[in-house]
Amino acid sequence: MSVDTEHVQRIAELSRLAMDDDQAREFAGGLSDIFDFVEQLDGADIEGVEPMAHPMDAAQRLRPDAVTEPDRRDDYQAIAPAVEGGLYLVPRVIE
Amino acid sequence: MTQETLSDWVRKLRAREISSRELTRLYLDRIERLDADLNSFVTVTAESALEQADAADARLAKGEEAPLLGVPVAQKDIFCTRGVRTACGSRMLDPFVSPYDATVVERMHAAGAVMLGKTNMDEFAMGSSNETSFYGPVRNPWDTARVPGGSSGGSAAAVGARLAPGATGTDTGGSIRQPAAFCGITGLKPTYGRVSRYGMIAFASSLDQGGPMAASAEDCGHMLNAMAGFDERDSTSLERPAEDFTAALDADLTGLRIGLPQEFFGEGLDDGIRAALDEAIRVLRERGAEIREVSLPNSHLSVPAYYVVAPAEASSNLSRFDGVRYGYRCEDPQDLLDLYTRSRGEGFGAEVKRRIMVGTHVLSAGYYDAYYLKAQKVRRVIADDFRRVFADVDLLLGPTTPELPFELGAKSADPVKMYLSDIYTIAANLAGLPAMSLPAGEVQGLPVGLQLIGNYFDEARMIGVAHQFQQETDWHARVPSAFA
Amino acid sequence: MEWETVIGLEIHAQLNTVSKIFSGAPTAYGAEPNRQACPVDLGMPGVLPVLNRGVVERAVMLGLALDAEVAGRSVFARKNYFYPDLPKGYQISQFELPIVASGHLDIELEDGSTKRIGVTRAHLEEDAGKSLHEGFEAMTGIDLNRAGTPLVEIVSEPDLRSAKEAVAYMKKLHSLVRYLDICDGNMQEGSFRCDANVSIRPKGQAEFGTRAELKNLNSFRFVERAINFEIERQIDVIEGGGRVVQETRLYDPDRDETRSMRTKEEANDYRYFPDPDLLPVEVDQDFIEEIRGRLPELPDAKRERFVREYELPEYDAGVLTATREMGDFYEAVVRGCNAPKLAANWVMGEFSAALNRSEVELAEAPVDAGALAGLLARIQDETISGKIAKEVFEAMWNGEGDADSVIEAKGLKQITDTGAIDAIIDEVIANNPKQLEQYKGGKDKLFGFFVGQVMKATQGKANPAQVNERLKERLDQA
Repeated sequence: MSVDTEHVQRIAELSRLAMDDDQAREFAGGLSDIFDFVEQLDGADIEGVEPMAHPMDAAQRLRPDAVTEPDRRDDYQAIAPAVEGGLYLVPRVIE
Repeated sequence: MTQETLSDWVRKLRAREISSRELTRLYLDRIERLDADLNSFVTVTAESALEQADAADARLAKGEEAPLLGVPVAQKDIFCTRGVRTACGSRMLDPFVSPYDATVVERMHAAGAVMLGKTNMDEFAMGSSNETSFYGPVRNPWDTARVPGGSSGGSAAAVGARLAPGATGTDTGGSIRQPAAFCGITGLKPTYGRVSRYGMIAFASSLDQGGPMAASAEDCGHMLNAMAGFDERDSTSLERPAEDFTAALDADLTGLRIGLPQEFFGEGLDDGIRAALDEAIRVLRERGAEIREVSLPNSHLSVPAYYVVAPAEASSNLSRFDGVRYGYRCEDPQDLLDLYTRSRGEGFGAEVKRRIMVGTHVLSAGYYDAYYLKAQKVRRVIADDFRRVFADVDLLLGPTTPELPFELGAKSADPVKMYLSDIYTIAANLAGLPAMSLPAGEVQGLPVGLQLIGNYFDEARMIGVAHQFQQETDWHARVPSAFA
Repeated sequence: MEWETVIGLEIHAQLNTVSKIFSGAPTAYGAEPNRQACPVDLGMPGVLPVLNRGVVERAVMLGLALDAEVAGRSVFARKNYFYPDLPKGYQISQFELPIVASGHLDIELEDGSTKRIGVTRAHLEEDAGKSLHEGFEAMTGIDLNRAGTPLVEIVSEPDLRSAKEAVAYMKKLHSLVRYLDICDGNMQEGSFRCDANVSIRPKGQAEFGTRAELKNLNSFRFVERAINFEIERQIDVIEGGGRVVQETRLYDPDRDETRSMRTKEEANDYRYFPDPDLLPVEVDQDFIEEIRGRLPELPDAKRERFVREYELPEYDAGVLTATREMGDFYEAVVRGCNAPKLAANWVMGEFSAALNRSEVELAEAPVDAGALAGLLARIQDETISGKIAKEVFEAMWNGEGDADSVIEAKGLKQITDTGAIDAIIDEVIANNPKQLEQYKGGKDKLFGFFVGQVMKATQGKANPAQVNERLKERLDQA
C-alpha cells in the first residue's frame, strides 16, 4: 500500500513526532516500500491458525503482594528535565 | 597477546599468571590506542574498571571462583548501568544516567566481570549496519570502509579488533549474529527467556534477547553462564534450573543430525559464502555428523512478519520517551503537544521514527487485523515449521548473512534492502529459538559467518558443536592485521 | 412523549493490595509526591511489569461474588495514548479477554421488589498518576504515586432505568467490594469511582438511543444528580428538534450540570495489542476453589440468615447487613447477650443514632460490641430497665466505663427486693387516700397513677413488672 504525506502526517501525529511536509514527503516513499513489502503476508496460508503473541506457551507468574521498592525519589528525579516540589513539570495541561 | 581468548584469560587469571588489573589495563590501552578508527565504544569507564579489577584480584587472591572473575568485558549501551550513561545509541537518552543496573549487568558483576565501558550500537537497536547511532557509525575492523553490522556493531567490532575479550549484545532480528558474522567473531542468541530483559532497553519485547559475543564458542559458554538465569523481575524469564553451557564442549559429533534448510541456500546467497559453508559442512561431516537437507517452507515470510511485529511493539515501547521524566527535552516547549512532538522529533533519528510510524500504522484502527493479527499467525506458522524439522534433526546449519560486510552508506537509502540483511536470522527470533554465528571462512579478506539454529534450550549442545568445529579450524582465532 | 432512560455504569474500584499491580512500590494514600513511584511506575527504560498475586485473587473473589465466569485465561493489553500522567505512553489493561465476565447483581427497588442487573465484565488495569495545576505558573505538576495502583473496572449491562436504580446498584456494589475486603470503598480518595452511560428512548422502543458518558461522579449523590440532569438535558435536546451526540460529559457538582469534554475526545486511536511483557494470566480450578474457600458470607446470604436464625424482620436484617462491619458487630452483640431482637433494636436504634451524632466510624465507636452486649445483658437479667439502660449507654459512650460500673457508680441498680418495694408501695398508698378511695370505687384507670408514683419514688429503679404485681396485691388488700 502506498501512503501519501497526509497519511504520514496522521501517523506522525498519533506517534507524537514533529514532522513538517518536507519530512513527511521523505518518509512517504520508504514507508510505502515497507507496506508493499509486508503485503507478502497476504499470500500466507494461515487459515485456522492461532495468533502467536509470544515464543513460549507459558503462563504469567504471580508476584507476592509485598512492598519491595524503597523511596528513591531523589535519585530518580536527579535525571529529570524539570521538577519542583517533588513533581515533574510539564507545560500547563488544559482540561 | 591478542591471541588469547576470553577462556584463556579465565584460566590464566585463575592460575594467577596475570592479574585482573594488568589485564584490564592492557585492554584499556588498546581501546585508547585503536578505537579512534572504529568508534566501537561510546563510553569507557577506565577508573571504575580498574577498581573492579582490584576487587576481582582480591577475590582471586582468596581463591574465590566465579565464572568471569577478573575478566574485562564490554556492555552494549542498551543495558542499563547504574551511575553510567545509558544512551542506547540515541540523542533521546544522551542525558540518561541510569539509576539502576540491568539484571545482566548485575549478574556479570557478581560473576566477577570487569566492565571496560559501553559499546556503540544502532539507535534503539534498530539497524543492521550501525549507521543509525547518534554517536556516529562503527567501522568494521577488517575493512574500515565497511560496516560492522548491527545493531550490536560496537560490541562485534570491539571483540573483532580485540579491544575486549568479550562483550554483550542483544538480538531482536539478528543483532548479535549478523555483526558477529561481519566482524569474524562468535555470537550467540539464547532461547527467548534465558537471559533477563530487565534493564535491557526494549526494542521489540517478544523478540529481544541478550547474549554473549566473543572470539570462540567456549568464550560464549563462559559468558552465558554468567548472563543467563531466572529473574523474578522479568515475567518472560524462564524458570529453569541453572545450567553449565560449557558442559558439552567435548561433544562427539558422530551421528549428530544437522539439517540444511534449502531455503537458506537459494538465490541471493553470495557465492563466496556458499563455498565457505560447503567447506565447513565437509569438516563437520568428516567429524561424523550426518548432514541432510530440510525445508522451512514459510521462511520467506519471516522478514515481512518481523517488520510488522517488531515495529508494532517498538512503537509502543518507545512511547515512554516523552521528555517528561528523563532523557532529551526540547528547548522552550510552547505547550504539552509541542513538548511531546519536538522532544521526540528531535530526540529520535530517522530510522527510529520510521519504525515507530510503521508500528503505529499497523496497530491503528482498521489495519490491525490486516497486519498485526496476520503477522502473529504467520509467526506461529514459522515456529511450527521449526518444530516439524526438529523432529528429524538436532541442529540447523546455514549462512548467517546473504552477503559479505557492505560499505558504509551502501544501503542507507533503501530501508527494505537493509532489512533483507537479516533474512536468515529473523526466523529464530520469531520462533524464540537459540541460534549462533561463528566464523567459517574468509572471502576477499572479509569474514564469513556460519549460523547454527538449535532447538529450544539446546544452547549447550550448540556451543559444543561449534567448539568442536573451532578445534578443527582457526577462523575464530584470526585477528584483522591492523589490530593484531 | 413518554421517555425511558437507559443507564449502564462503569465502576472503577481500587483494589486494596499493599503494593502496586505491576511493581513492588507501596499503594498507601497521601504520601508526598512521587515518593511511591519506582522505576516501573515511572516508565523508566528497560524495566518490566510483574503481576501482583493479590490483585488476581481479589478479581477472582469479585467474580465469584457476582456469580460470574472467571476466565481460565485472561490477557493484558496495552492501550496506547500520550498523557503526562501516563508515564509509559500506554495503560496496561485487559481488553479482549477480561478476567471476569457475565455476572449479575440483584438490587432492591423502593417498592420492595428485586431487580437483577447484568454485569458484562470486570477487568484489571493500572491507574494513572495525577496532574496538579495549582501553584505553578503556566505549568502542571505530575505526581505518579497513584500510577500503577490496581483497579478493577466493573461494567454493567444497560439494565438500569433510573438514577435511583443506578444509585441502588452502585451502593450494592460498594457494599459488596467492602464485604469482600478487596477495596476500601473510600470515595473521597477516589478508591471507588463511577462513570455512567446515559441515553433515553421513547417508551416501548427496542433500540437504544445515542448515549453520553458522564464522568467525575464521585459520590452517590452526584451520580443521582448528574444522571437526572442528563436525562432532562437529552429530553430537551430531542424535544427541541435536536440530536444527542455521543460524547463524554463532565459533571460539575458546583453548578449541578454536565458539560461536554470535546477537547480530550478528538482523534483517539488506542491501538490496543497484547502486552508482550506479560504472559496470559491462567487461573485454574484449584486456584478458584481456594479463593472460594476464603470468601466471606455475602450480603444477600447474610440477610437471609439473619431473618432465619435471629427471627428478624426483613427490614432489620437488611439494615444490619448493609455493611460487613455492621453485620459482624451485630452478631458479636448477640453472642454477648443472647437477645437477638433486643440487640437489633439497640444496634439500629441508640447505637446507630450515637454513631451519627458523633460522626464516627463503627470501628472507632467508644462502645464496642462486648460493652454493648454487657449493657443489654443487664436489661435481660432485669438489673436495669430499658429506660435506665439509655442513661447507662449515654454514660458508656462518654467514656465513663462499662455497664456494670456505670450502674454501680450512679446507683441505677433496679430494686427487686419485694420487701423494699412493698414498703414504698405502702407509703404511696398511705399518702394518697383520695385516689385509693376512687380506685376502690371502681376507677381502675388510677392503677397507672399508683405505678407512676412508685416509679417516681424509686427514681425509676424499681422493676416495672414487679411493681405491677405487688401494687395490685397491696391495693386489693388496702
